[in-house]
Amino acid sequence: MRESLSFKIVRAVGLAALTIFTLVPLYVMISTSIKPLGDVQNDFKWIPTTITFRPFVDIWSTVPLARYFINSVLVASISSIASVTLAVFAAYAISRYSFRGRELFRMTVLSTQMFPGILFLLPLYLIYVNIGQVTGIKLVGNLSGLIITYLTFTLPFSIWMLVGYFNSIPRGLDEAALVDGASPVRALLSIIVPAAKPGIVAVLIYSFMTSWSESLFASVLVDDSSRTLAVGLAEYSNYVGVYWNQVMAASIVVSIPVVVGFLLMQRYLVQGLTAGAVK
Amino acid sequence: MTSLSTAAQSGGLPPADEAAPPGPEKVRRRRRPLSSRALPYLLLAPALLFELLVHVIPMLTGVAISFLKLNAFYLRHWLQAPFAGFDNYAFSVNFNSAIGAGLLRSVGVTILFSVVVVSLSWLLGIFGATLLQRSFRGRAILRTIFLVPYALPVFASVIVWKFMLSQDTGMVNHVLSSLHLSDGKTFWLLGNNAFVSTAIVAVWRLWPFALLTLMAGMQSIPTDIYEAASVDGAGMWQQFRRLTLPMLKPVDQVLILVLFLWTFNDFNVPYTLFADSPPASADLVTIHIRQSSFITWNFGLGSAMSVLMLLFLLVVTVGYLFVTSRRTHDA
Repeated sequence: MRESLSFKIVRAVGLAALTIFTLVPLYVMISTSIKPLGDVQNDFKWIPTTITFRPFVDIWSTVPLARYFINSVLVASISSIASVTLAVFAAYAISRYSFRGRELFRMTVLSTQMFPGILFLLPLYLIYVNIGQVTGIKLVGNLSGLIITYLTFTLPFSIWMLVGYFNSIPRGLDEAALVDGASPVRALLSIIVPAAKPGIVAVLIYSFMTSWSESLFASVLVDDSSRTLAVGLAEYSNYVGVYWNQVMAASIVVSIPVVVGFLLMQRYLVQGLTAGAVK
Repeated sequence: MTSLSTAAQSGGLPPADEAAPPGPEKVRRRRRPLSSRALPYLLLAPALLFELLVHVIPMLTGVAISFLKLNAFYLRHWLQAPFAGFDNYAFSVNFNSAIGAGLLRSVGVTILFSVVVVSLSWLLGIFGATLLQRSFRGRAILRTIFLVPYALPVFASVIVWKFMLSQDTGMVNHVLSSLHLSDGKTFWLLGNNAFVSTAIVAVWRLWPFALLTLMAGMQSIPTDIYEAASVDGAGMWQQFRRLTLPMLKPVDQVLILVLFLWTFNDFNVPYTLFADSPPASADLVTIHIRQSSFITWNFGLGSAMSVLMLLFLLVVTVGYLFVTSRRTHDA
C-alpha cells in the first residue's frame, strides 16, 4: 500500500516524540546511578562528569537491600507459582467442560478485576490478626500473609488469561488422548500444558511482576525483617532521599529481572490479553 | 457463546426432567457417569477454595466491619466491637463534616484524575498504534522500547520521576530554566502542580498498555478492507475514521473500562510519590482511605468508605456497559 509523504512525516515526528517521552526517565535513571554523590546533589546535568560504579556497591550496605530482595523473590515466586497452578486446573475446566455455574464462575472471576485492593486490606489485616491470636500462626509481619494476599490479584487474572489460551488449542488434541484412554488430568498435563507452555510462562511472569511491584498490602502486612523491595525502596527514597544515585542504582537492580522477563514474553502476553479482552 | 451456555444448561439439568423428547445430545449426557460430571467441579475446587478465602470471605468481613464501631480500642478483639448501624456510612457521606468533606474532595480528585489519565493514555495509545500499524524499518525496536515503562516495577519508575520532579536537583526544572520557561524553582510535588505531575507519571506508565492492546486489536482487522477503501479513494485519515476506529470499538470498550478501574484503584503510583501525605490536589481515594483507617485506626469508617467506593465503581461499570453495549447494538 502507498503511504503519503505527509503520513511519513507525521509518523517520524510522532514516533520521535513518543520515544523521547519514554526514554528520558530511563536515561535519567541510568545516568544518575553512575554519578558520584556530589554531582547528584548539585544542579542536574545530562552528561555525567565523573563516572563511578560506587552506588551499585553502596546500596547493599546503606539499606538491607539483599534482605528486601530475597523477601521479594520469595513472595513473588511462591505466590505466582501457586496462582498459576490453581489457575491451570480451573481454566481447563472452564475451557473444556460445560457445567452448571460455569458462566457464573467466569463472570465472578472477571468482576474481581474491579474490586479495589483497599476493600480487602482492612478485612484481611483483621482476619490475619485474629488467626494469629487464635492459632498462633503469624500472618502479619511475615511473608506468608503477603503470599496468600497476592493471590487476590494474580489468581483471577491468571484464570482469565489461561482460558483464552486453552480455547485457542484445538479440542481435537486432548479429545484424542481421552479416546485413547488417558484420564482428563493426564490429558491436561501431557497435552494441554505443553501446548500452552508459552502462555503459562507469560501468565507466570505477569503474576510475578504484579507481586514484585505491589506496595499497598506490603506497606501494612510486613515488619522490618519481612519488608519487600516495593516498600523498602519507597522508604529509602523518602528518608535518605539525598542519595539519589544510590536510589537509582537500586531501582535498576530490582528492575532487571522483571523487565527482561517481560520483554521476552510480551508476544504471548499480547495474545492472551486479546483472547481475553475481545471475547 | 450462545451454544455454549445452552449446552451448559442442558448438561446441568437433572435426569428426571423428561418433558422434551431426548435429542442425541441429551442421551449422551445422561449416560455420563457421576464421576465425569463431578470432574469440572473437582478441577475448579482448589481455585474456588482460594477465591473464597482471599476474595469472598474478606469482602463479606469488610461489609460486616463497616457496621461496627471499630477503633484502636477494639482492635485486638474486633469481633467484640459494638454495632454501629449506619453510623460509619452517615459519617462518610456527611459532607458538612471534616470526614465527609475530605472523602468527597478525594473522590472528586480521583474521578478527575482517572478521566485525564485514561483519556491521555488512550490517545497516546491509538496514536502510537496507528503509527506502528504498517511495517517499516525499526518498528520492532520501537515497540519494545515503548513497552519498557509498563514492564518496570512501579516503585522503580515512579522514584525516577520523583527525582526528575524534585525542586533543586531535578531534571524538569533544569530543562525549564535552560529554555527560559521558568526560574527553575517550581515545586512540582506540592499544591496543584502535584495533580499534573502525578497524572503525567501515571500516563507514562499506563499508555504502553493501551498501545499493546490497540496494536493487537488492529492486527485482527482484515487488511483487504483497507485495500478496498483505498481503491475507492479514501485517504489515510478517512480510513482511520471510517474503518479503524469503528472496528476497534469492542476492544476500546473493554480497554477503557479496564484503564479506568486500574487508575481509580491505583495505590502504587501515589504512594511511591507521596507516601502517606499527598498534597490535597493529589489526595487519591485509595491513599485517603488507607490514611483514614491506619493512621487513626478507625477501621469501621475505612471499611464503610471502601464499600461506598466499590458501590460507586459498580454503578459506573454497569452504567458504562449499558450505554456502550446499547450504542453498539444501535449502530
